[in-house]
Amino acid sequence: MIETPLAHLGDTSAAGPRTFAERRRARNMGITYLVLAVITAVFLTGHDGTAMFKLDDGRSFSLPAQTTAWVAVAMFSVLAGGALWRGYGKLTNAVLALVTVTLLMTFLSWSAAGTSFSLIGVLVSTVGYPTPIVIGAMSGIICERSGIVNIAIEGLLLNGAFMAVFIGSVTTFWIGVLAAMVTSALLAWLLAWLAIRFKVDQVIVGFFINFFVLGLTNFLSKRLFVEHQNWNYVGTLRPLKIWGLHSIPVIGPILFEQTVYVYVAWLLVFGLTWLLFRTRWGLRTRSVGEHPRAADTLGINVVRLRYRNVIIAGAIAGFGGSWFASNVGQFNQNMTGGRGFIALAVVIVGRWKPIGALCAALVFGLFDSLGNKLATLHTGIPSEFISMLPYLATVVVVCGFVGRSRGPKAAGQPYDSQ
Amino acid sequence: MELELRGITKRFPGVVANDDVNLTIRGGEVLALLGENGAGKSTLMNVLYGLYHADEGEILIDGVARRFASPRDAIAAGVGMVHQHFMLVPVFTVAENVVMGVEPTRFGALNIREARREVRAISKEYHLDVDPDAITETLPVGLQQRIEIIKVLFRNAEIVIFDEPTAVLTPQEIEAFFRIVESLRVAGKGIVFITHKLREALRIADRIVVLRRGRTVGEVLPADVDDRRLAEMMVGRPVELVVKKAEAHPGDPALTVTDLTVADADGRLLVDHVTFEVRAGEIVGVAGVQGNGQTELVEALVGLRRVESGEIALAGRNITHHSPRLRHEEGIAHIPEDRQRDGLVKDFTVFENIALTGYYDEPFSSGPVMHWGTAEREATRLVEEFDIRTPSIGTATGTLSGGNQQKVIVAREISRDVKLAIASQPTRGVDVGSIEYIHDRIVGLRDRGVGVLVVSTELDEVMALADRVLVMYGGRIVADLDRATTNVNEIGLYMAGATSAATREHAP
Repeated sequence: MIETPLAHLGDTSAAGPRTFAERRRARNMGITYLVLAVITAVFLTGHDGTAMFKLDDGRSFSLPAQTTAWVAVAMFSVLAGGALWRGYGKLTNAVLALVTVTLLMTFLSWSAAGTSFSLIGVLVSTVGYPTPIVIGAMSGIICERSGIVNIAIEGLLLNGAFMAVFIGSVTTFWIGVLAAMVTSALLAWLLAWLAIRFKVDQVIVGFFINFFVLGLTNFLSKRLFVEHQNWNYVGTLRPLKIWGLHSIPVIGPILFEQTVYVYVAWLLVFGLTWLLFRTRWGLRTRSVGEHPRAADTLGINVVRLRYRNVIIAGAIAGFGGSWFASNVGQFNQNMTGGRGFIALAVVIVGRWKPIGALCAALVFGLFDSLGNKLATLHTGIPSEFISMLPYLATVVVVCGFVGRSRGPKAAGQPYDSQ
Repeated sequence: MELELRGITKRFPGVVANDDVNLTIRGGEVLALLGENGAGKSTLMNVLYGLYHADEGEILIDGVARRFASPRDAIAAGVGMVHQHFMLVPVFTVAENVVMGVEPTRFGALNIREARREVRAISKEYHLDVDPDAITETLPVGLQQRIEIIKVLFRNAEIVIFDEPTAVLTPQEIEAFFRIVESLRVAGKGIVFITHKLREALRIADRIVVLRRGRTVGEVLPADVDDRRLAEMMVGRPVELVVKKAEAHPGDPALTVTDLTVADADGRLLVDHVTFEVRAGEIVGVAGVQGNGQTELVEALVGLRRVESGEIALAGRNITHHSPRLRHEEGIAHIPEDRQRDGLVKDFTVFENIALTGYYDEPFSSGPVMHWGTAEREATRLVEEFDIRTPSIGTATGTLSGGNQQKVIVAREISRDVKLAIASQPTRGVDVGSIEYIHDRIVGLRDRGVGVLVVSTELDEVMALADRVLVMYGGRIVADLDRATTNVNEIGLYMAGATSAATREHAP
């Protein structure tokens, strides 16, 4: 008799809002699809001719630009109608993905009308290029899940790049990588020490580390590398073909002919997913990031766990930084170019989940490599606009897919045990 | 198992929270630790649980002295604690919350199946009825409390400490909770029940220890005392437990709320088409479990929250879209539920806080110039009139006791000429002496012809003050009852979400 009225509590409060938020989202989607239909009709129907998309081993397929565009317009309009009329419920994201891919292909056939386009090349760099972002994001997820906001990822990556090049040139490549991991772990320890012991604002400490590393690497590279140019050359890593798998058509060259960094990054993503959600360490880490006081009352050592996780995360970011050494072979000032910050964005967009972050990083990678490709196609779009594209597109796509997300509750808050 | 606290003293900067406290807890009995807010109950239990370290004294288990450096040691020694503010991770499942810290593992991975099985077994043994896979934040408070109990039992606790366990429960949930406590007692556990509610201590305890200002002032058996005597021990002087008030003489409507709706950012209705009236010279009490829209209703009434639809009228004038200041000037007094966040600036002095609502105009200022002399004179007068215990009017308000902070707000708000007073949780965290005083003042306001809306999650308070009782559940007003003809049981059922038809069947 007592339980019965309470049993309703869950459904009554949940049923109302779901439908309201969903309805609003469906409406927004519908309007967006309509706008896309109009944009496609106005801008993307002008090019006559056929675009040829090249895959591997001479395989290819072609799309007639104009027909494709009109088909897309029709499809968007129909889907918009459906969204405005009832919404797609569980299929919302699938429809959005369909629209995104169609829009992309329409745009590409418009830009490549009359010529050919190496789709495989774009996809290979989509997977390879965001590697430091993915690794940096894993570092960020570990920190934030344990309740420390780490905006120093950029600095940790840059430090990793510098140390990997410098130590790697003087000794061998993998010792350089090790040095990158150790020094970045030290920097991360500094972050943890200031944030945990002295409760300094974590954002400020993070900024301090970023600027400190930027200044220091600029200074050292000027001092060291101008005079000793052989200290600034480690050589690049060649892709590693995975036996058997790399010969699968299309997928093989995209996924299984990458450098070892890509494989490690993916291993990190899936490994961290397992660790976070299936192990004791993961449960404790998440509890410390959500409700440290609860963890403390159950005898979990909040401070020690936070230290350990931030230091591990630092080593991971250092490893991510050494990717730049493997990719370019030498150090350039500020060569990370803000990718540590993108990693942070990717963490949030991926809802603090490793696989989510990977997906977000891949979306960014796709638009980034498309942008690079388009720059060579003479589409008439200003190159500044094209280089803006990956950021803009990532924000738009991700807002559509993700909506509002909620991070670890205690992230950024120093823990006081008394 | 027998646990003894001997000569525990714990000092914080400026206060002695526990002063030579002695206490024995035995298996198979319920010990009530009774005292006012700030009497040192929670501090004592935190010492026992290893969260604080005593400056003096020792903890003995079965006669052997033990030192608890952290909760881990206390847990290992068989002491478990159900905190007043639940120590649960909202986004975790029940099973995850239970095993945290002592996780069963299998080949390096969490053995969630084992955890689930354990939760089910304990849940069954003590009739707790909790689903191990439910997400914690989706469960009602009563069930969340049971997760805490399972956590403690999962760690094989022999002594279970409950810190103010009934503060967040409906009357029916409290009954269910007492049944759980009873089954724990039968199972031979020693139970410490920390409370400031006299009747609950009398009802459930085998022994009652009363704390006052950090000292044990007495140990009694429930059979030997009544609530009057207990209250006197707790406060240190005789206390009037019943609010004395004459019959109400309601006049014209002071507040008329029509079809009021308030939503959050996601469009979720927090206040759902609410219609009611408060007449001049009557006290309307709003009862309900915390989080059923009371907070948002009050915020909407005083202008701190956007109204989605509906109308608010003060003595017939539409004020739906007035700013908070304008409403204040029109004659609304507001005693907010979180006084330290919404009622006071803690670092400001008493006279600065007194001037806070009228500082921008005569007599507190002319143009840009503040007249601090006026504010000080006004503060001096109010400190006297409202019996605010403060070293001086220049003392930072945050350093006063909860009761005196509340009196500062009450003084500031009702010393003006008001038409409507809205008091949210007016006595939360306030000592018994001040409760008495504040309740008298509220009744005094009513007798002056002011309409009063009292929102409280303490059903006793609503019952004591109100002439009419509204019950909120899920953002709606589910009952509008005459105080004279209703009872705690009926209101409790409404608080738990029962519909009026069901209530009529079940209420005695």
